[in-house]
Amino acid sequence: MSFINYLISGISLGSIYAIIALGYTMVYGIAKMLNFAHGDVIMVGAFTVYTVSRTMGMNPIIGVLLSVVVCTVLGMLIERVAYKPLRGASSPLAVLITAIGVSYLLQNLALLIFGSTPVSFTSVIPWKGISLAGGKLNISGVTIVTIVACIIIMAGLTSFIRHSKAGQAMLAVSEDKGAAQLMGINVNGTIALTFAIGSALAALAGVLLCSAYPSLTPYTGAMPGIKAFVAAVFGGIGSVPGAMIGGILLGIIENLSKAYISQQLSDAIVFAVLIVVLLIKPTGIMGKNIQEKV
Amino acid sequence: MKKTSKAKNLLKGDFLTYLLVIVVYAVFQFMIANGSLGSLYEGLLVPVCIYVIMALALNLVVGIVGELSLGHAGFMCVGAFSGAIFSKITADMITTDLLRFVLAILVGAVTAAVFGFLIGIPVLRLNGDYLAIVTLAFGEIIKNVMNVIYLGVDEKGLHFSMKDELALNLAEGGKTIVKGPQGIIGTPHNSTFTIGVVLILITLVIVLNLIHSRSGRAIMAIRDNRIAAESIGINITKYKMMAFVISAALAGVAGVLYSHNISSLQAQPQNFGYNMSIMILVYVVLGGIGNMRGSIIAAAILTVLPEMLREFQDYRMLMYAIVLILMMLFNWAPACRRFRERYSLKRIFAKKNTKEAQ
Repeated sequence: MSFINYLISGISLGSIYAIIALGYTMVYGIAKMLNFAHGDVIMVGAFTVYTVSRTMGMNPIIGVLLSVVVCTVLGMLIERVAYKPLRGASSPLAVLITAIGVSYLLQNLALLIFGSTPVSFTSVIPWKGISLAGGKLNISGVTIVTIVACIIIMAGLTSFIRHSKAGQAMLAVSEDKGAAQLMGINVNGTIALTFAIGSALAALAGVLLCSAYPSLTPYTGAMPGIKAFVAAVFGGIGSVPGAMIGGILLGIIENLSKAYISQQLSDAIVFAVLIVVLLIKPTGIMGKNIQEKV
Repeated sequence: MKKTSKAKNLLKGDFLTYLLVIVVYAVFQFMIANGSLGSLYEGLLVPVCIYVIMALALNLVVGIVGELSLGHAGFMCVGAFSGAIFSKITADMITTDLLRFVLAILVGAVTAAVFGFLIGIPVLRLNGDYLAIVTLAFGEIIKNVMNVIYLGVDEKGLHFSMKDELALNLAEGGKTIVKGPQGIIGTPHNSTFTIGVVLILITLVIVLNLIHSRSGRAIMAIRDNRIAAESIGINITKYKMMAFVISAALAGVAGVLYSHNISSLQAQPQNFGYNMSIMILVYVVLGGIGNMRGSIIAAAILTVLPEMLREFQDYRMLMYAIVLILMMLFNWAPACRRFRERYSLKRIFAKKNTKEAQ
């Protein structure tokens, strides 16, 4: 029974990784950059909910909506101020180092405003959850909501990309920026939209993450962010279903290794997965193999 | 004729770098002898040396190889622990402090180089973002693993465990050297400013000679155009690995210097985590990517400055972040580059001169 419990909480953790990984994988597919600050947008989202519901005493649902708005605006702002001027820079390191700078900036701003002591985050999901098999198998409300939210987001995003004009534009930009521009697609607008969607998802992920693990510090987002990137690479970067599969598998691996191998080494095991994946199949589970052209 | 003058210019630049280090060293030695340097600043001299060596090591990877490593704190960690373990084990056997410390530095450098080689095998097949994230992952793995290692020594030899201190099964009179999360306590204080500066000079000799050598030119050719370099027969893996291993070894040396400057050594996020790697990156970026003299100056100033501006302590990291973003935008954004080309002093002066000549 305990194995099934670990498995379910692993899937729940993995669903959160999957939602974060979607943001990474979309941005990577379209802007061809690793948005290091993505993990810290999660933290901003969680702090927004905390401020609205705890400090200002409003309904947590309003907090969640507001945090989605805040993160969307933040994501677009970061793209506009820090990443867009560097498009077309001669060194690929430039935008990567800038992204690290943005991540560092968000962490330290939060550190100045909220301090480094962890604040306890009240779960936005009041539902207690269900108990199966005569009380042996307890599944919390947060777990169920997280998994369901992940499935809904996944389905919504897939149909958005497949059936809407903006989604098709995203696909076109990720295939070939220059050709897309020639076909009359607003490339800059599409990239901004991608950042907006990714950051909105990060806000939701932040709320779910802090509902499941209710301790919030300025560094809350960093580790899940990096792990979600591992998940995105695991599933094949640039692929939406890949992010999903990678995220859930990674969550299960992390939880099971925490339970059966070692509490302290679970992070190391997760990162070892990344290295093994990159050694054996660098394109990930669902990734396409792109030949480099001269 | 032109070629020789260019070579001369290069040598002149290197000479200036060496001179800078030696002059600064002489000035500070004089100030110590004079007693005009406060004890607070005297305590900063060794950390300055550590961070200068780290910045030079990272600049070799970022500036010359053209890849971003976020795991250099991990190599520093390996160097720090292996050097400290060596010093603790041989404390009774080798009684000359200097000899033991030099050997410890060699042990730290070699161990870090071995780790650099092992990590380089999977990592150097990648580039760009992937390489950055995998080195970050390795740094975290090293830090995590160091926290569960227990190592002890008795008359039978070394005992190793990843569980707890009791699992070491030490005989009577044996002593534990590495105690998991508590790390290593009581490493001898052997790091001095003089040794630090000598190490900086050795680092400089290694790095600058590598850059000007045939291998260095091959490495930079790979950085500028990997496919073109490969097509003229440059062995990419070999040259990248060479630079990466040297860089790891130098980071290991900085680690040994670090562990012999403090009394208790633990692998924590503050000293060997991702934040440390970022801090070193800030030094490299601020000093100029690929510019060794810049790295030395930036690392030295940014280590001392926070102590001088104690009241702004809270804003220090924030400033680092802003500096990092602004420097990158200023140096690399195409729009900024055009602007700088148009209004650069050099060009304005050149214009003036041609006008006068006419």
